[in-house]
Amino acid sequence: MNTKRIWTAVLLSVGFFLAFLAIWHVTTHVEKTKADSITLSSDEVGQLTAAGMSETDMQIYAEKGLKFDQIEQIANMGLTHEDLEMAGGIEAFGFTTGGAAEEATTGFPSPALVWKEAYYQLSDPFYDRGPNDKGIGTQLKYSLFRVGTGFLLAVIVAVPLGFVIGMFPLLNMALMPYIQVLKPISPLAWLPVALYLIKDSEQASIFVIFVCSIWPMLINTAYGVSSTKKDWINIAKTLELSQFKTAWSVVLPAASPTILTGMRISLSIAWLVIVAAEMVIGGIGVGYFVWNEWNGLNLASMIFAIFIIGVVGLILDLILGQLVKTFTYQE
Amino acid sequence: MSNIKDPFDPNQNIWDECGETTDSDSRPDHFIDMLESPMERENQSFLNKRAQESGDGVGLSRALEGSVLKSIFKTDLNRRRFLKGVGSATAFGILSQFIPIQSLHAMAEDAKSKIEKKKLKIGFVPITCATPIIAGHALGFYDKYGLEVDIIKTAGWAVARDKCMNGEYDASHLLAPMPAAMSLGLGSAAQDWRMVTNVNTNGQAIVLANKHKNRQDPSTWKGMKFGVPFEYSMHNLLLRLYVAEHGIDPDKDIQIRVVPPPEMVANLRAENVDGYLAPDPFNQRAVYDGVGFIHKLTKDIWDQHPCCCFGISQQFIDENPNTFIVLLTAILDATATAERSDQRVRFAESMAPRNYLNQPSAVLKQILTGVYPDGQGNIKKVPDRISFMPFPSQSMGTWILGQMRRWDYIKDDVDYKGISDEIFMSADVKKRMLEMANHNKNLNWTDIPDTKYPVYDVYGKDFDPNQINEYIDTFEITRSI
Repeated sequence: MNTKRIWTAVLLSVGFFLAFLAIWHVTTHVEKTKADSITLSSDEVGQLTAAGMSETDMQIYAEKGLKFDQIEQIANMGLTHEDLEMAGGIEAFGFTTGGAAEEATTGFPSPALVWKEAYYQLSDPFYDRGPNDKGIGTQLKYSLFRVGTGFLLAVIVAVPLGFVIGMFPLLNMALMPYIQVLKPISPLAWLPVALYLIKDSEQASIFVIFVCSIWPMLINTAYGVSSTKKDWINIAKTLELSQFKTAWSVVLPAASPTILTGMRISLSIAWLVIVAAEMVIGGIGVGYFVWNEWNGLNLASMIFAIFIIGVVGLILDLILGQLVKTFTYQE
Repeated sequence: MSNIKDPFDPNQNIWDECGETTDSDSRPDHFIDMLESPMERENQSFLNKRAQESGDGVGLSRALEGSVLKSIFKTDLNRRRFLKGVGSATAFGILSQFIPIQSLHAMAEDAKSKIEKKKLKIGFVPITCATPIIAGHALGFYDKYGLEVDIIKTAGWAVARDKCMNGEYDASHLLAPMPAAMSLGLGSAAQDWRMVTNVNTNGQAIVLANKHKNRQDPSTWKGMKFGVPFEYSMHNLLLRLYVAEHGIDPDKDIQIRVVPPPEMVANLRAENVDGYLAPDPFNQRAVYDGVGFIHKLTKDIWDQHPCCCFGISQQFIDENPNTFIVLLTAILDATATAERSDQRVRFAESMAPRNYLNQPSAVLKQILTGVYPDGQGNIKKVPDRISFMPFPSQSMGTWILGQMRRWDYIKDDVDYKGISDEIFMSADVKKRMLEMANHNKNLNWTDIPDTKYPVYDVYGKDFDPNQINEYIDTFEITRSI
């Protein structure tokens, strides 16, 4: 590929992204409007005074642009300005005084709001304010630990087992039906079972990662091993290599790209699943973070979290992709 | 009184089973005086009284020393000779060189302070119903009584139940019907759980989507879809009662779906549901976000109805009786404080951060102060929109079970009173409340009924817990026969 084409592609990518941002901005942007203040007639002032409202309160509300009947309602309830401030301020009562209405009316956050949230989160990613409020960095650390542990356990089980299955076609035929039945079960279906049996939510989430990572690796390993070129095995036989030696120095290198591809698929699935599992289990982790923001209906930080999840998934995939590249040799 | 003797007293025979005792085990009075509030002092003297009654603390200490000396001197005569010869203090000093008597003493001292388990994990679901549990942490009510509590945000009621049952939580915020369901093994393995106190009363509302502003009469609700947070909840039972009283059959004329609270606002916006009966902050949040309006507070269906509760396992109470008392005291103190109108703003603000409810503090203030916009252009002032009345009466339990029978969640007649008596800890809570109120005149618990089975007015009809089947029969729409 020539460099010119690469640069064109990069420019095009950036262009798409900017267009996306522009559309997002236009559809979610709300103009901050300053409410026009109103003037109360002396008649109205008289009515409000009769209802027991102070002059200062009247002035505050008039400046904020409340309608007369709204002010009258406040006056009739005997609520002072302090009362309303105590209950969150007049803006929180849905009176359109500009500014505060920004989030409430559109529902969906603007790019600027998400950027603000991202800046806040990333400026101190490892803060710790008690068990339910930790920085995004800490949350990622826990999620990656769970994914890593479950995934490694799956590698330890799936690769040797897949190897054996691949070496012996009889075993392959005998076990495949079970593998095919277990493979399509959603890992989340395992979660309540795991919680009930293991009685520990941390281990249960690791178990779920383990269960969902094991099948692609098992199937790919078995496939890679069984499709080693017959010529190579015949050569090994001619050279009178032991069965172990054949497996180690002929089959394993031949199958390693397929095995690694299986691992790559497994890891992406594991990263998908951990977010869902943590949303159910709660506690800590990036899935919990998304759930917690959902609880507060903070869409801006949810979108930020979704973005982070995507980026981390990409990095994980790149790492394994690099491994695959290293182990794929030219024939 | 302790019946274990001081092994450093040469005049006592520690090998002998009987003997006089003189110790009193209470923490010294000056320690009690050091404590700040009358409540803390009351709590400590209460524990001391219990300690004196049981004598465990000093017993442990003496038993430790006794066994040390026994192992050294083999016979009691030798021990007494030695102690008389050198004096008790010297003996103690000498022995301390070789044996960590001091740290044994420290351990025994610890046991004397009587909180068996200081570090506790308590689960909560992030809604304003859990105010005493959450603000209890935020405002230091647990610390005040010497407990180190972590409160853990929980994703839903089923997860809360599972984490309770597998021991990850020592106690938890639960829905009022849940301890009964857990004890009876409905929907899970059976484990003895107790409904200790109400953490809130009132505090729910029926919210409708903005487009239904002209459908305020429930009898026009045919065909609408409603959300409730959990099937076995007061929300579901109250919504069913309310619509049925207006001639709408909740199983045939409308659809009731289980929707997690935070998803309710989004579902309302997406017109996926027409309304819901849900816990706050999600009622006020719908108004704040401009998607719905408050049709009715559940307070207007049953004033002071129970909603969420503080649940704990019988096993925990048996193993940690003093911890339980201290925890109960802390919860009752937090609940009583949350009920005071001059504390409401402080409580609302303390719960706003991400760590707790993760909500705009304005919304929480509107809910807790009861000064709020209803989404229909009115400002309302209802100070008891949410209340914190801790006493769980057995009547509440029987009403819940009766309504579950009415809608066929319970298939056969059960011993309503027997189950309530076992699971609702009304007697213990009442005793503790009265003791606390004796020491703190600020505790205004006028709602403690004289009887275990008070009669309640539920939506204009008296509920008599002695005639549950007759009560169910008065309803026109009912599933059970």
